[in-house]
Amino acid sequence: MSGHHTPRGSPFAPHTAADTEAMLDAVGVETEAELFDIPESVRFDGEFGIEPRSERVIREEVAGTLEKNDDLVELLGRGHYSHYVPSLVDHLSLRSEFLTSYTQYQPEVTQGFLQALFEYQSLLVELTGLGVANCSMYDAATALGEAATLADRLRQTSGTRVLVPEQLADGRREVLENYVGGTALTVEAYPMDDGNVDVEALGNSLDESAVMVYAENPTVRGCVEESLEAIGDLAHDNDALFCLGSDPVSLALLQEPASVGADVVVGAADVLGLPTSYGMGMGLFATREEYVRQVPGRLVGASTDDTGRRTYTLTLQTREQHIRRERATSNICTNQAWVALRAAIHAASLGPDGLADLAKESVTDAKELADRVTEVVGVKAPVHDRHHVREFVAHTDQPAPAVAADLEDEGYAVHVLGEHHIQLNASALSDHETDDFLAALAEVAR
Amino acid sequence: MNYDQARWTDDDERYEPLLSEKHTAEADLDDSPLPDELTRDSLELPDLSEPELARHYTRLSEMNYGVDSGPYPLGSCTMKYNPKFTEDVAAIEAGAVHPDRSPESVQGNLELLYDLQDYLGRIGGMDAVTLQPPAGAAGEFTGVLVAKAYHEHNGDERSEIIIPESAHGTNFASAALAGFDVVELPGGEDGRVDLEALEAALSDETALLMLTNPNTLGLFERDIEEIAGMVHDAGGLLYYDGANLNALLGRARPGDMGFDIMHYNVHKTFATPHGGGGPGAGPVGVVSELAPFLPKPQVEKDDGEYGLFDPAYSIGKVHGSLGNWLVLVKAYAYIARLGDPGLSDASAKAVLNANYLASQIEYEVPYGPFHHEFVASAGEQDAADVAKRMLDYGVHPPTTKWPEIVGEALMTEPTEIENRKTLDQLAEAFNAVANEDDDALAAAPERTTARRIDQTAAARDLRLSWQALDEE
Repeated sequence: MSGHHTPRGSPFAPHTAADTEAMLDAVGVETEAELFDIPESVRFDGEFGIEPRSERVIREEVAGTLEKNDDLVELLGRGHYSHYVPSLVDHLSLRSEFLTSYTQYQPEVTQGFLQALFEYQSLLVELTGLGVANCSMYDAATALGEAATLADRLRQTSGTRVLVPEQLADGRREVLENYVGGTALTVEAYPMDDGNVDVEALGNSLDESAVMVYAENPTVRGCVEESLEAIGDLAHDNDALFCLGSDPVSLALLQEPASVGADVVVGAADVLGLPTSYGMGMGLFATREEYVRQVPGRLVGASTDDTGRRTYTLTLQTREQHIRRERATSNICTNQAWVALRAAIHAASLGPDGLADLAKESVTDAKELADRVTEVVGVKAPVHDRHHVREFVAHTDQPAPAVAADLEDEGYAVHVLGEHHIQLNASALSDHETDDFLAALAEVAR
Repeated sequence: MNYDQARWTDDDERYEPLLSEKHTAEADLDDSPLPDELTRDSLELPDLSEPELARHYTRLSEMNYGVDSGPYPLGSCTMKYNPKFTEDVAAIEAGAVHPDRSPESVQGNLELLYDLQDYLGRIGGMDAVTLQPPAGAAGEFTGVLVAKAYHEHNGDERSEIIIPESAHGTNFASAALAGFDVVELPGGEDGRVDLEALEAALSDETALLMLTNPNTLGLFERDIEEIAGMVHDAGGLLYYDGANLNALLGRARPGDMGFDIMHYNVHKTFATPHGGGGPGAGPVGVVSELAPFLPKPQVEKDDGEYGLFDPAYSIGKVHGSLGNWLVLVKAYAYIARLGDPGLSDASAKAVLNANYLASQIEYEVPYGPFHHEFVASAGEQDAADVAKRMLDYGVHPPTTKWPEIVGEALMTEPTEIENRKTLDQLAEAFNAVANEDDDALAAAPERTTARRIDQTAAARDLRLSWQALDEE
């Protein structure tokens, strides 16, 4: 009996009884238990109380569990978006040679993934205008944390303050605070003015004690930031790095980060390739070539092989933890490589016009929804007199938490931002959903 | 066993061309809904048809080696087979949920997370588990922050973390990231922790000892209870690096050994595909005394309803949302598939396979007895060359040159998924290479997509994008 298809052991251990016997013999023991060199006092009997189930039962069980989620139309955004992911992305990224491979420590046999990651890096170089992009961070929040520690390494002699906007996606500042907890850096918020950076206030709070100024475009409230160049100048006048938060879709249309003086670009790159996935993400990280030796994470570079042909390999690994240990530029090891592969395939399948169109639609969809929402009695939108990408804030005469709760009862999830503000992401709605949503909003906002 | 990997050559200069070399185009940025001063001037990107893309990525996949391609005994990485159904379980429905939904509206997601926390707690012997860390190293960082917060809460600021010299590099990097000084612990003569060296390293400044057990040589730290006692007596905490947990499933639990904090590499132990380098997930388990310091929010269950709460002295957040959800779904499905008998059988067969393979190869294998992995020495040969030659035999080579305790290390972990025949073929590959001369090794690999790649040139003359290639 092999036991492959029975619940007696691991269904993925292929040993026949005869093989097990022969192997135990070769090793010189009678039972597997003898191989475990564990003191009696800490041995465990193997009973966790976890019942093994068949594949079919588990699929039904998990599907049944997930069905307990309410079926809501999500107008939620703030860094997590669900653009349609073409079928091509699943079919190609799920090819098992990609999916079941490890980090490319043997480049001769992993040229395929290395080239795909090189192409991902190149895509971000094109979008940001910066010379170096790594092969991924966990998410936008940890990428921001890594940007701050990069600034700390580059500006060791002076300054300890990292300045971030007071309006920031939930959790992003807390993750940043944890990343800088081992340095002398402190995180401070600067004021926003009508959804954009309050440039004057930022200027007043800046001096040489700042090591990094972080701004976002679009902002967490979906506003297009109109003062990027001025923010970059302020940062550089005070010898601080200018770190810009962005995402690959809006970068297809918005100002190129390098052209406004960005030294580092971070953000959520999972906007390509992944659905919202309950917050699983992929962080992008790009910076100037002069900082390449301080970059966190993996880098793929071009080289040649013995035949003289062009090849790809992981490079500058001396920055990484498996070589430099406590002096590494980061502790990141396992990253989000497969999500980067998906993002690259998604971007390639859109092509230049498709990506630019998606960015343009993100702007027009937000404007159209705001125009219609503001016609609803008891609602004014957008609150900020700015251009918007995907999402905007609306004022509700009724208390916002009550409006949101009533909307949830009607089948819609929205953000609450205080007593009379809700935030709506237009890109999640199809046309007929928009009509239904407006009807529901009219019902609850009056 | 010989192997020929696909090799798509376009011309003498290159293998499969880059997307950008096939066709690029300028994006049409006209009819922009934004004023010019807020938009970019130009954007040039690859512009290919769907069939062209399908062929490009299919070719790339054929030039890549995964666990489904053949043996992948990469020590410390636990490259085991990933069941296909877990991908389906983690597909569309699981992906279509926004992280900012109200807890009341995502009872299904929270139930699954709660159940996974419960499974992991039982498997590790831990009282509370957070699923937020998005990778093993992120789990280490989280654990270190929890230890730091615990000591500070007790008015006991400690500055040092002790780590064995053979530990994973991430341990050192995670400790440093959290602001600790690293005290390196030299190994004992038997490859295990030297208790005298540990005694000398411990002090009032010791916040934590980070240890994996079995260690990276595949050896079980038999003195673990004494080690735990010494660390605790010094006022420190004991951290378990879960990278090698596959060797212990159902046989011993870190919590029972005296560990206070541990991380689980669910992508290793519970077979979530490594995806060419991630995503993984690194849940962290702690004893009850440390639960109030875990990241926020935590999933809780009250009266049949699931909710989120912030632990009293939480360290805050280590990920923007709740971590790598889709990876956690796969881990749940895998654990459910194996259950009690499967989990302990996985570890039995992983340990049997490692010991069997170690007994069949001609290279010297110091230390022992082994758990899930062993470290052979290539002796006079260069371990990196040995690895390149093994590729020609259709075998992904072991981890090389680490840990440095063993000269020219070949760190080998076959996992439970290989059958006896494959292990014999693996041993044949090792033994064939062991008897080859330096010239044969230097010429390898010959049967892979690319021949030997010049990694020094790649680092000296950095070309990190197709734009950098265009500048030539």
